Amino acid sequence: MKPVYSERRDHIASRQPVTVSRYRGLTRLNHWVTALSLILLALSGLALFHPLLYPLSALFGGGATVRWLHPVIGVVLFFSFLILFLQLWRLNLPRREDRVWLSHLGDVVSNHEERLPELGKYNAGQKLVFWAMAGLIVVLIVTGVMIWEEQLPLWAAQAPSLASIPARRIAVAIHALAAVAMILVFILHVYAAFWTRGTLRAMTRGTVTGGWAWRHHRKWLRELAGRQSRGPAE
Amino acid sequence: MTTASEPTTAIANPPVEALESNLLPSDVVRISATRSPPQPDRQLTKVAKLIDVSKCIGCKACQSACIEWNDTHPELEANVGLYENPHDLTPEMYTLMRFTEYENPEGDFEWLIRKDGCMHCEDPGCLKACPAPGAIVQYSNGIVDFISENCIGCGYCVTGCPFNVPRIHKTAHVAKKCTLCSDRVAVGQGPACAKACPTQAIVFGTKEEMTAHAEERIADLKSRGYENAGLYDPPGVGGTHVMYVLHHADQPALYAGLPEDPKIAPVVEGWKGPAKTVGLAAIGLAAVGAALHGLFGRANVVEPSDETAAEKLVKSGTSGPGEGA
Ligand code: HEM
Ligand code: SF4
Ligand code: SF4
Repeated sequence: MKPVYSERRDHIASRQPVTVSRYRGLTRLNHWVTALSLILLALSGLALFHPLLYPLSALFGGGATVRWLHPVIGVVLFFSFLILFLQLWRLNLPRREDRVWLSHLGDVVSNHEERLPELGKYNAGQKLVFWAMAGLIVVLIVTGVMIWEEQLPLWAAQAPSLASIPARRIAVAIHALAAVAMILVFILHVYAAFWTRGTLRAMTRGTVTGGWAWRHHRKWLRELAGRQSRGPAE
Repeated sequence: MTTASEPTTAIANPPVEALESNLLPSDVVRISATRSPPQPDRQLTKVAKLIDVSKCIGCKACQSACIEWNDTHPELEANVGLYENPHDLTPEMYTLMRFTEYENPEGDFEWLIRKDGCMHCEDPGCLKACPAPGAIVQYSNGIVDFISENCIGCGYCVTGCPFNVPRIHKTAHVAKKCTLCSDRVAVGQGPACAKACPTQAIVFGTKEEMTAHAEERIADLKSRGYENAGLYDPPGVGGTHVMYVLHHADQPALYAGLPEDPKIAPVVEGWKGPAKTVGLAAIGLAAVGAALHGLFGRANVVEPSDETAAEKLVKSGTSGPGEGA
């Protein structure tokens, strides 16, 4: 049977105490490459964003290095996120319980988990972060390439209207706004992972405790518990 | 050494003795990516270059003089049947004669020749857009200068300029444009192009004198039937320190697309204005808020009862009661 709330490779890793495998090594590596690129992009981009933050360019060896390095890391981020996206998108599709969860946001923040519906591998907040990042990265790569002065000759002849100065004015403004949105989503993402204790180890060790899974993603845990008896032990 | 006087013409011959520069770092009134630069205690006389399009014969002596003085090396390009050479402003060609063939309403042919290049705007869009502190400066005499050592080659100035002037050098990775010969003006000399112009279609002096001179030229043109002759000193950018006398001042676009009412694009103003302040404030608040709450707020912690429940579920080996898989 095709799993509904879990990936095929998610499994109960140990029974006493219960730990559950949430991300394999490759996915974690993929996640951290993406995260590192995003942090470097935010720092280098912010250096150009506001004169107060220009000193950040010293982290990279000066403004001229930022100018070429930032878009190169941008391309790394795009492909790294793309690979992550292909692994995660299915379980991030919206489900009916997401709406219930969202309408109980007050209970989420005030820690009344017992009033929330049982959830699969991701809650609606995680899904929103996922889709916001996916959308913003597309916006950032498109506008970023449009304002990438050095690579303009690569494509300007094919799409002269997109390479025009008025189009690039709009692109740089959208890039800056999308970058601000991206940084806000990123802060939310890091904060949520930290606030929900026991989450970070999913991306470091790859496993979470049974209690964490029970508390936050019960349908996911139920599916895995049901699967272990049926299938051969993994 | 005595300090050079501020030049009031381009035709004077250079003095023989060495002179101290009159254009000092302390004469800068605006600096890119710097909100309130120290204001100078003296005000230099505003200068201007006046280009009288009606007097230009298209000889390109100015282009040659520009190449020679600035020691640039424009690429040799193919002749595609136009007088324009090179085909556009380049990082090695700061000024370009643009030729337009115009048939006027009387059916007569007119050859309009405009010397394109930096207009040295009083309110420069390039400077507003630039993210690198000190890469673009404006002196109190009106000259807008690119300081290559501070330039990072990002190309923001290209999008900021309403006249499509700056060009990014492909190998040096810095922005280039006409300097109004700031290095000549600093020692009392007018720009090289104005010096070279055989018909004095290009003249240089104080902005006041150049405006007055333009009035004479316009009166003369009007008396010869060019009733729309006028001065191009667009107010949308606060006026410019390179001005044109045009025979058809009512239609500047005739002259190879000279903008009718140039101003810094609203999207550039928005991006460089409110977007920066609001964006930075939002990021700062979110970061500080998240950090404070993360450190001092009550976290969501897994309880022992959760662990017990999970153990029971896993031991039972089923998805348990309720809405399982
Ligand atoms: C996804 C691919 C991306 C590409 C190709 C890209 C490219 C660029 C380019 C070409 C610039 C102009 C400066 C330069 O030449 O380096 C720029 C500026 C900037 N980028 Fe990116 N970028 C990308 C992603 C990002 C991301 C993910 C962020 C933030 C998290 C970001 C934040 C910024 C910021 C804040 C600026 C300055 C905007 C301003 O000056 O107002 N970029 N980017
Ligand atoms: S390329 Fe233009 S905008 Fe960028 S740093 Fe140089 S002068 Fe400033
Ligand atoms: S014409 Fe363009 S490059 Fe020259 S000062 Fe004005 S905005 Fe700057």
